[in-house]
Amino acid sequence: MATKDFTTEDPRLDPATGELRVLAPGQSFKSVTAKIADIVLTPHTSLGWLMLFSIGGSVATMLLVAVTWLFLKGVGIWAITQPVAWGFAIINFVWWIGIGHAGTLISAILLLFKQGWRNSINRFAEAMTIFAVVCAGLFPLIHVGRPWLAYWLFPYPNTMNVWPQFRSPLLWDVFAVSTYATISVVFWYVGLVPDFGTMRDRTKSKFGQYIYGMLSLGWRGSVRHWMRYETASLLLAGLATPLVLSVHTVISFDFAVAILPGWHTTIFPPYFVAGAVYSGFAMVLTLAIPLRKVYHLEGLVTDRHIDNMGKVMLATGGIVAYGYGMEVFMAWYSASHWELFMMWNRMFGPMGWSYWVLIACNIAIPLTTLWVRKWRTNLTFMFVMSLIVNTGMWFERFVIVVTSLYRDFLPSSWGTYRATKWDYMTYAGTFGLFLSLFLLFIRFVPMIPMHEIKMMLPTAKVKPEAVEAGD
Amino acid sequence: MAVPREGIYGLLAEFETPTALVHAAKAAHDAGWRRLDCYAPYPLEEAAEVIGFHKNRVPLLTLVGGLMGLCAMFSLETWISTLAYPLNIAGRPTYSWPAFVVPAYEWTILFAGLSAAFGMLALNGLPSLYHPLFNAPNFRSSATVDKFFLCLEATDPKFDRAETKNFLEGFHPNSVVEVEY
Repeated sequence: MATKDFTTEDPRLDPATGELRVLAPGQSFKSVTAKIADIVLTPHTSLGWLMLFSIGGSVATMLLVAVTWLFLKGVGIWAITQPVAWGFAIINFVWWIGIGHAGTLISAILLLFKQGWRNSINRFAEAMTIFAVVCAGLFPLIHVGRPWLAYWLFPYPNTMNVWPQFRSPLLWDVFAVSTYATISVVFWYVGLVPDFGTMRDRTKSKFGQYIYGMLSLGWRGSVRHWMRYETASLLLAGLATPLVLSVHTVISFDFAVAILPGWHTTIFPPYFVAGAVYSGFAMVLTLAIPLRKVYHLEGLVTDRHIDNMGKVMLATGGIVAYGYGMEVFMAWYSASHWELFMMWNRMFGPMGWSYWVLIACNIAIPLTTLWVRKWRTNLTFMFVMSLIVNTGMWFERFVIVVTSLYRDFLPSSWGTYRATKWDYMTYAGTFGLFLSLFLLFIRFVPMIPMHEIKMMLPTAKVKPEAVEAGD
Repeated sequence: MAVPREGIYGLLAEFETPTALVHAAKAAHDAGWRRLDCYAPYPLEEAAEVIGFHKNRVPLLTLVGGLMGLCAMFSLETWISTLAYPLNIAGRPTYSWPAFVVPAYEWTILFAGLSAAFGMLALNGLPSLYHPLFNAPNFRSSATVDKFFLCLEATDPKFDRAETKNFLEGFHPNSVVEVEY
């Protein structure tokens, strides 16, 4: 049906498949290298980059102020108290780490499924993962009260003779998130090694050759090296796939293992993972749409990418909608007074507005419009949609954390939650940190994997008959 | 070491297309060359196949690493919870193996992933700060960009400066150069 929007002469369509093209025609090894590497190798730093970087830096400074004040005064400067003992810190932690998951999904799961279109977007999606994990990891660290003692979370022999308690999901989280951060960085760096080699060979500056030479570890493109490299990449992808599923599952255990109505449910693991991918793809779109415009990458990040990401959002959004539906159904079907009250209070209590914001942003708006290909390839529409979905996903975590806690079993202990300026400053500050890190990445590192794009070019294929004939 | 550190490392032929490289590499391997290597700007499986490189040991290293991580974390948890620091958590047994599965699972992945990445680098002999091939200017400027190279190395018993050069020129490469150490 939606295919009718495109004529067969449409240059964006691949005549062989009738699908949108993954790469624009007319690219060669040289043009791809030049296009991607020269974004980094130009000695000229654009004014726009400097302006954005100064904005990012200023906002990150606000984070520094908020965190310094927190270290001086303690977590009492936040709004957390009884009964809402978990607030912005955990909401933001889950939100940021969920965003990170799309990067791993693109770099690992889509690699295993041989989705070639992912090659254009996988590098910066993975960078997004790492920076999102940095922002996410910050929150539990500063929430522990005495962050300078955060290393107590790890099992190590100490003079106190105290060891961690391995039956708590919060400790599982320590291992899940630290493994996730490590593997994401390793996977990302392994992917970068050959491209750093290209940068080393292309840069004119002595300093650049020195730095990129070190970073490339002496990569010289031997086919024996490439074969081991491909095996290692596939294995890392195969390992990152169960890892990414386990990370958000363990995070959902932080809630699901508690006996609180609204948290104590078995649907949490799959629905958390789907929600993570949903918000992550939205964030990839938020980053990809301006990036391809500014750096003229329309030939490499094509409408096909935007379209496919819209489809993934549609699918994961559907799973998330099922999760919401099942929560409501179980509240009724459990016949538990507390469950029923929690759900009623979540929808129509004093903070009911947040539930309806979530439904509007995550279900009502995206799941009715993303079906249309014409809209999925409309950049303005997709950009706005990505912001809407990420707002919705933030509210999802807000609803889960706050509306389950603020009116619990005993009416005498009911309370409310109102975030303080320090909560807002810390949350907003992580955007500055994320933006600064991401800008540094696009200035100094090739943001699209050159060797993976080259593999997709028609000239990269070996013609078997010509090998035999000696042509 | 048996590798000579002076004289020439080998003869390097530059090709325009992957097909030309695979053709030349296949012919060289069929002619009995064993100390040879191909260089490409992206993974070129066919070239590795024709020079007789079919299997590598990265999967084995990854498996061993993963099993080590699994055993390390599971035994650490068991030792801590039953012997070093037993705690009564809601009356549950100190050896609560289902709870121990989660960190053990994470460490399996952590160790396997690190073994895959660092094992791959170690088997490749990387990081290396110096390699004679970078002495060839055309290799430096285009091996990681758009050209395909075949290097017949001087350590191969069949190596002879003039004869090997003729042999390589028979495949119509862009150029054949001697690479110095």
